[in-house]
Amino acid sequence: MFGRFTALSDISMTIGRGEFVTLLGPSGSGKTTFLMILSGFEAPTSGRLTLDGREMTETPPEARGFGMVFQGYALFPHMTVEDNIAFPLKVQGRSSADVNRRVKQMVEMVGLGGHGHKRPAGLSGGQQQRVALARALAYEPPVLLLDEPFSALDKNLRGQMQDEMRRIHQETGTTFVFVTHDQEEALALSSRIAIFEKGTLQQLAPPREVYERPANRFVAEFLGDVNILPVKDSRIEGRAIRLPEGQGAHLAIRPEYMGLALSEPAEGNALPARLTDLTYLGAGTRLSLTTGSGAALVLHMPTMRLPEGLAPGAGVWTTWEPSRGFLL
Amino acid sequence: MTRSRIFLIAPLLVFLAGAYLVPFLGVMRWSVTLPQPGFGQYAVALSDPLVLGVIWRTVRICAMVTVISVVLAYAITLVWVRGAPVTRMVIELCILIPFWISVLTRAFGWLALLSNRGLINTLAQDLGLWAEPLTLVRNEFGVIVGMVHFLVPFAVFPLASAMRSVDERVLLAARGMGASRARIFWQVFVPMTKGGIFGATLLVFVFSIGFFVTPAILGGGRSVMVAELIWLRIFQSPDWGLGAAISVILMAGIGILLGLTMKYAKGSGK
Repeated sequence: MFGRFTALSDISMTIGRGEFVTLLGPSGSGKTTFLMILSGFEAPTSGRLTLDGREMTETPPEARGFGMVFQGYALFPHMTVEDNIAFPLKVQGRSSADVNRRVKQMVEMVGLGGHGHKRPAGLSGGQQQRVALARALAYEPPVLLLDEPFSALDKNLRGQMQDEMRRIHQETGTTFVFVTHDQEEALALSSRIAIFEKGTLQQLAPPREVYERPANRFVAEFLGDVNILPVKDSRIEGRAIRLPEGQGAHLAIRPEYMGLALSEPAEGNALPARLTDLTYLGAGTRLSLTTGSGAALVLHMPTMRLPEGLAPGAGVWTTWEPSRGFLL
Repeated sequence: MTRSRIFLIAPLLVFLAGAYLVPFLGVMRWSVTLPQPGFGQYAVALSDPLVLGVIWRTVRICAMVTVISVVLAYAITLVWVRGAPVTRMVIELCILIPFWISVLTRAFGWLALLSNRGLINTLAQDLGLWAEPLTLVRNEFGVIVGMVHFLVPFAVFPLASAMRSVDERVLLAARGMGASRARIFWQVFVPMTKGGIFGATLLVFVFSIGFFVTPAILGGGRSVMVAELIWLRIFQSPDWGLGAAISVILMAGIGILLGLTMKYAKGSGK
């Protein structure tokens, strides 16, 4: 166990060694403040932070020995890639042979062989990102903190860097705490996701659980699309519906778990609706439906499973497995 | 550049041409025509031990003034840019007020402070710190004090613009890696502001070379600098040719210095 912490508005979190925890939330939700408290650049007004049972709430950032990747990378513009990576090693007073060996190793690990003598200004965004990562990991910190490291990269590069980040996380075994506002990024990378909103922790769970069993409506709506239908006496819009276990006055179903039928199915949950719009997205198609009571639904279907000749205005049925929904 | 923009700067160009370029061309003409045609005055200027001595003294004093001014300005700017809000306001006033006080007033002010019967010497003698008055003025020391006082505010602006463009997160990153304050200052902050240091140094040095009033008053005729020498040649002796030749040499020297530094600055990507 790496630490136990209480701050912001009553936040308590234990992060295990080698975990990849993502702090996810809209801007102003407190996720960055939380990271800054972990780093030591900001102090909590109350609460404690411990590492391996050692108290470190008052430890200044320079004494924590954590690695940090800042938004915008914060590379030393006047130093070469190698000098950037060597900086923390020199601070530790390592021998120059040791520094050189380690720098070479890090440059290789992040795939920047041949760029060692360039300055940051001569590198692309993705390459600068790699330098920042190499610099932060060079001295083998127990914890690596990352503040929106991919926010400046374009979408393709993001995907690449995410794979890279996962590989490096597995190779080094370092604990990663990662701030982002990109839901897909959080789902793709994390062992657990912490959802923040208005300074409080909404849910802390593995990606699949956060997505499929969100703790509350905020989490459900923040992470991807969701259809929410009011439930009354086990009925939705007057139709008897089999509900999943749980408590709540609303049934929530992810768009990709809803199906489409042209006539009323013999069994299972179904609601009549009218198709209002249809967006072709290649592999998938996005459908907009309106139910009898006027509620808007969104469906994501594989294009290959779409009935032929479907056009806006058509009367359809939407179906779903009872276990695929959750009550809020 | 579009036609309309040329139109906007045209009045200034005309003024500069009329007020500086044309008279300077006249000075250049004197340097090769007085008292007789030829480059004789240049030969004199570059061989006369008196002239060479003054040029050497000027370069030496200006170099010292530049180093002292830039170092002091760096410290002041650091507090101005990175200090607490109240401190910033006080420093800002301290930087701006000198601009409103004429160079003449300031020189006489220093005279009142530094002279043998000035404030500092009388006070020190009254307190028994030293018995005989120290010679603080009418020598190089006085000249350097007066010039530094005048030039520090000018060095502040290029430094401030360089310091303001330093990304705070880079400093935080260095701190997070365990670097001490001294290491962050010398290995990160100073190198990141070297463009400003370079600009301030150049500005102060070039500016200081042409100083006239301050050295004339605080040097008391004993440490004559090149601008005063030119003035003496032209106004107090009939050596117009020699004065003009020294002027041209001075302009050429500054031109070469600027050219070289521009070339270096381009080469280093700043």
